Amino acid sequence: MVKDFSSEHPVGNVSSSQYKSEVRNLSFYYGSFSALKNINMMLHEKKVTALIGPSGCGKSTFLRCFNRMHDLYPGNRYMGDIILHPDNVNILSRSVDPIEVRMRISMVFQKPNPFPKSIYENVAYGLRVRGVRRRAILDEKVEDALRGAALWDEVKDRLHQLAYNLSGGQQQRLCIARALATNPEILLFDEPTSALDPIATASIEELIADLKDKVTILIVTHNMQQAARVSDYTAYMYLGEVIEFGVTDTIFIKPKNKQTEDYITGRFG
Amino acid sequence: MSDSDAQNLREIRAIIARHKLGDLIFLVTGLLVLMIAVLTFIALFSHMLIDGLPRLSWDFFTSFPSRRPESAGILSAWMGTTLVMIVTAAAAVPLGVGAGIYLEEYAPKNILTDLIEINVTNLAGVPSIIYGLLALSLFVHQLGFGQSILSAGLALALLILPIVIVATREAIRAIPVTIREGAYALGATKWQTVSDHLLPYSAAGILTGIIIGLARAIGETAPIITIGALTFIAFLPPSPFKEEFPYISFEWLMAPFTVMPIQMFNWVSRPEEAFQVNAAAAGLVLVIMTLTMNALAIYLRYRMRKNLKW
Repeated sequence: MVKDFSSEHPVGNVSSSQYKSEVRNLSFYYGSFSALKNINMMLHEKKVTALIGPSGCGKSTFLRCFNRMHDLYPGNRYMGDIILHPDNVNILSRSVDPIEVRMRISMVFQKPNPFPKSIYENVAYGLRVRGVRRRAILDEKVEDALRGAALWDEVKDRLHQLAYNLSGGQQQRLCIARALATNPEILLFDEPTSALDPIATASIEELIADLKDKVTILIVTHNMQQAARVSDYTAYMYLGEVIEFGVTDTIFIKPKNKQTEDYITGRFG
Repeated sequence: MSDSDAQNLREIRAIIARHKLGDLIFLVTGLLVLMIAVLTFIALFSHMLIDGLPRLSWDFFTSFPSRRPESAGILSAWMGTTLVMIVTAAAAVPLGVGAGIYLEEYAPKNILTDLIEINVTNLAGVPSIIYGLLALSLFVHQLGFGQSILSAGLALALLILPIVIVATREAIRAIPVTIREGAYALGATKWQTVSDHLLPYSAAGILTGIIIGLARAIGETAPIITIGALTFIAFLPPSPFKEEFPYISFEWLMAPFTVMPIQMFNWVSRPEEAFQVNAAAAGLVLVIMTLTMNALAIYLRYRMRKNLKW
């Protein structure tokens, strides 16, 4: 079932150079319930790919395959491959440690979930897990990450205060900084603005647009306007299947599939 | 406003008044029931206070028991209680917290762990004298610890183990799953997640459980009598500190001992009135010890949870 490509293809394979990741025949089961059915799609390097679809269509389940979050709970089963480039490793393979996958692919959650620690310690935690101990390196990387998440100017004078003193939008940007601190190859967003007000939402969307120069982004959203605004590629999912995948503009203006069109125009969903 | 509207309004007001009467009746009943519990405690405590308080003095804490009630004290009893509690805490905390973490975070969910869980919950309901019998055969005889502080401390540790395990599990379970997933998503291992996040964030709850467990153990009499604590003892266990290397000694673990409730029990069973007063005074000290521990638990919980809001 699981095939390891790491040794078969040379690095920088021509056919895959523009792809950060390829999903091949991915199915996923919660126990005997089939939550994802035979998904095939690509993540384009340094682009934003959005997953849209009605509640329960499996978009979050799909997203959480990318950092093997499902491994935390018993009874979950993956089939098929998610190939990560440039080293062509199947991150779903049993021989790949989920911790290694999570060190390469970061995630930002639906509700801001800072640790009850200081702002500094929140951002530094990913580095500490990797064994970084030197203060100078930590300081530098924490600053870089906070700048990357457009939060530095707001928090530079209170790095050692509790993260809970920040507003909801700031907390979510802190979580983005925490995810960025370790220079991930892919950044996963699971409905990152669903718990935020419109102004905080706008700042997060702006940030996502800025980030795509540095990192490949996969974002789940239930807000179609958001998908249209921030993403380059969009996949429409329904009942565990990817119904249509393509360039965002095409999906939103001229969808090929009737179901996608119905969802996007609001006739269904 | 028409007549029928006015009629309607009157009816609505009558209904509200009736419903509010129901509210009031429940409020009064609730207060009465609560008062029965609170007043019972206040009556018991003040009775003990009136009897025992005049007897409390420095000498009472620094004297050994004696045949003459006026010179008898609780030195060996409170010393014994303190040392037994130290052993209890030293054994119950690592075992209980470790078991709680294992069951909550590491154990796979299967029939075996379900059985263990049911067992742990049931252990909390086993009468304490049963633990005394277990300790008598296991610690005192099989392992040869004798009728010592070590045996008593371990017996009480077994007794409060379920309390510590359950408190640990509840405290860890109270941490939102998003925090746990946040840690794992950054590439933390299970142990890093436990030691960097779950343990620090649940420390208040765990500590509360430990203190409540110890407060329960401090008043236990049956298991201590079962393993054969002395009722009259006029010497202290050997000091834990020594003049020469290695400066620390564990001889006290094997020493015979008595504890506060046993001292009380001993005095209550004497015919002389003056010993009853001693018993009341010792009871007062024991109750204050327990209340202090509970107050400490409440304070710690308040202090440590201030920074945690999910």
